[in-house]
Amino acid sequence: MSLECGVFHTRYASDMGLRPRPAQRIRLAVFAVFVLCFPFFAGNYWLDLANQIAIATVGAIGLNILVGYTGQISLGQGAFMAVGAYAAGLLTLNLGLPWAVSIALACVITAVAGTFFGLPSLRLKGLYLAIATLAAQEIVEWAMTHWTAVTGGTEAIVLPSPSLFGVRLNTTFNFYWLAVLAAAGTALFAANLFRTRTGRAFVAVRDQDIAASVIGVNVFRTKLLAFATSSFFVGLAGALIAYYRTIITWERFTLDTSIIYLAMIIVGGLGSIRGSFFGAALITLLPAMLANLGRALQDTAPQAAGLLPYAQQAVFGIVIILFLIFEPKGLSKLWGNVKDYFHVWPFAYRRG
Amino acid sequence: MDIFLQLTVSGLSTGMVYALAAAGFVVIYKASDVINFAQGDLLLLGTYLVFFAIAQTGMPWSVGVLTTILLAIAVALAIERLVLRPLVGEPIISMIMVTIGLSSILRGAVNAIWGPAPRSFDSFLPEGDIVIGPAVLSADRVLSIPIALAVLAALWLFFRHTRDGIAMRAIADDQQAALSMGISIPRVFGVAWALAAASAAVGGIMLGNIVGVSPNVAAIGLRVFPVVILGGLDSIRGVVVGGAVIGLLEVYTGGYVGHGLSLIVPYVVLILVLMVRPYGLFGKEIIERV
Repeated sequence: MSLECGVFHTRYASDMGLRPRPAQRIRLAVFAVFVLCFPFFAGNYWLDLANQIAIATVGAIGLNILVGYTGQISLGQGAFMAVGAYAAGLLTLNLGLPWAVSIALACVITAVAGTFFGLPSLRLKGLYLAIATLAAQEIVEWAMTHWTAVTGGTEAIVLPSPSLFGVRLNTTFNFYWLAVLAAAGTALFAANLFRTRTGRAFVAVRDQDIAASVIGVNVFRTKLLAFATSSFFVGLAGALIAYYRTIITWERFTLDTSIIYLAMIIVGGLGSIRGSFFGAALITLLPAMLANLGRALQDTAPQAAGLLPYAQQAVFGIVIILFLIFEPKGLSKLWGNVKDYFHVWPFAYRRG
Repeated sequence: MDIFLQLTVSGLSTGMVYALAAAGFVVIYKASDVINFAQGDLLLLGTYLVFFAIAQTGMPWSVGVLTTILLAIAVALAIERLVLRPLVGEPIISMIMVTIGLSSILRGAVNAIWGPAPRSFDSFLPEGDIVIGPAVLSADRVLSIPIALAVLAALWLFFRHTRDGIAMRAIADDQQAALSMGISIPRVFGVAWALAAASAAVGGIMLGNIVGVSPNVAAIGLRVFPVVILGGLDSIRGVVVGGAVIGLLEVYTGGYVGHGLSLIVPYVVLILVLMVRPYGLFGKEIIERV
């Protein structure tokens, strides 16, 4: 990799490329190769984690579109994922639709539901919107557990595992490709979205809604569009979880889920696609790593291992708070710092 | 009729616990614009601290209650100093997430120390029943209503008449002006958190007496939102009315319509209030609208 001393574009096309610099392309290629080779070396345990991370990335990017890019705080992530999961499951079970069709329809249904719950955002801001989405979350949670005729109440819904070209996606290895495809597609869409007029309008609404409306952005329409786009991907994440686990239970979509996803985008970085991925990875791996630590401690200090579930909860809180205090821009910024350091290495022009 | 009376008393006593938790929320919001999602966990801390003081160390109840309140205040001051002070002036999403993180830490710590199994201590509120006409009411529930009202009245008087209370109102009104008049903002934030913890501790002590000590207490934290939105985010009076209304609504729907529905009614009310009158019954009408 050659050292860069500047970026010179000679054509507009290269200037407007998604990854204009050679170093960026090389990094992306290395990452892509890693992602493609990973399942052939990793065991089931790591593949399961990778699938969870890929699905969480889809959900986190969805939430980031709404919270990080458009500035509309939502505590209803769990509810939207539930809509996606239940829609995908019920469409297959009741109407006999193929899984791909019902996932696609589930995304659209979630987008519609998200737009509906986004309606309060036309009148409410910040804290009030957060509380309104909290209420929406509680109401959907209640509907999941009490609307027995449709959701089966607290009973789990069991789905057939999906199959692609005659291959059943019922192993972690087979599902990996679907999950990674979804995550990559979502990331690509989102990265391009914020290069368009619509995406820029989202950011304008976040930064100053009055200024945005002065320069001709229709704020109401933009907010609703943000809710719709965001919930589309959140619904996709929910539907993927449903098909990955082949079982839908309401416990997966509680307020805690909303909080976990918010933590992902806070820790990863608000308004950053790669941040969504970093956050999804860290927050998914954190409990798994703590559980490993617990198993390691099982023999030497069984008492400490018993405290593990609570330690997990506390560590989760500590991680959020440490990031908020010390690096509010999240892992994405940390990664940026690392890149900046090597960008001019070893000729850093400023010490400290 | 006797069922109605019983439901009313139980609704009011639940509502007053909500009001105590919500009062803490309001005090913090008023002083520092922080939306405290950890209010339910302060309540949880209160119940476990009183359990620790009375059942585990065997203090007489009066000393135990005092110790509980002092310990809760100490924890709140530490939280304010270590976690919230560095974040003054950050955007709303950071404030929400930092208190969510706190809530997770507090819950984890309480569970790690005392375990998840429900506990109990010898109730020090009188146990027996009060018979009014055909209705039989449990004494501790009846008694909890005036206790809560007394605490809330004390808070209200504090805002009206003490130096710190007036300073707090000044800060809520205009932080810059308050600063230039020589009000120490860190001090006021500290006082706000101490008061919030104290009122949550009293709520927790009452819950410990009436319902028992268990991790489920923290769930009440979410009930705070319907209460404060209904009453108005910055009003102590509103908290009393909001708490009573939400408590009664819950109990009446639970008693007359069906238990499942009582879980959801507060949130339906919350959404209606937000759509119609977002500043609530007694709040100041300066709420930012789009």
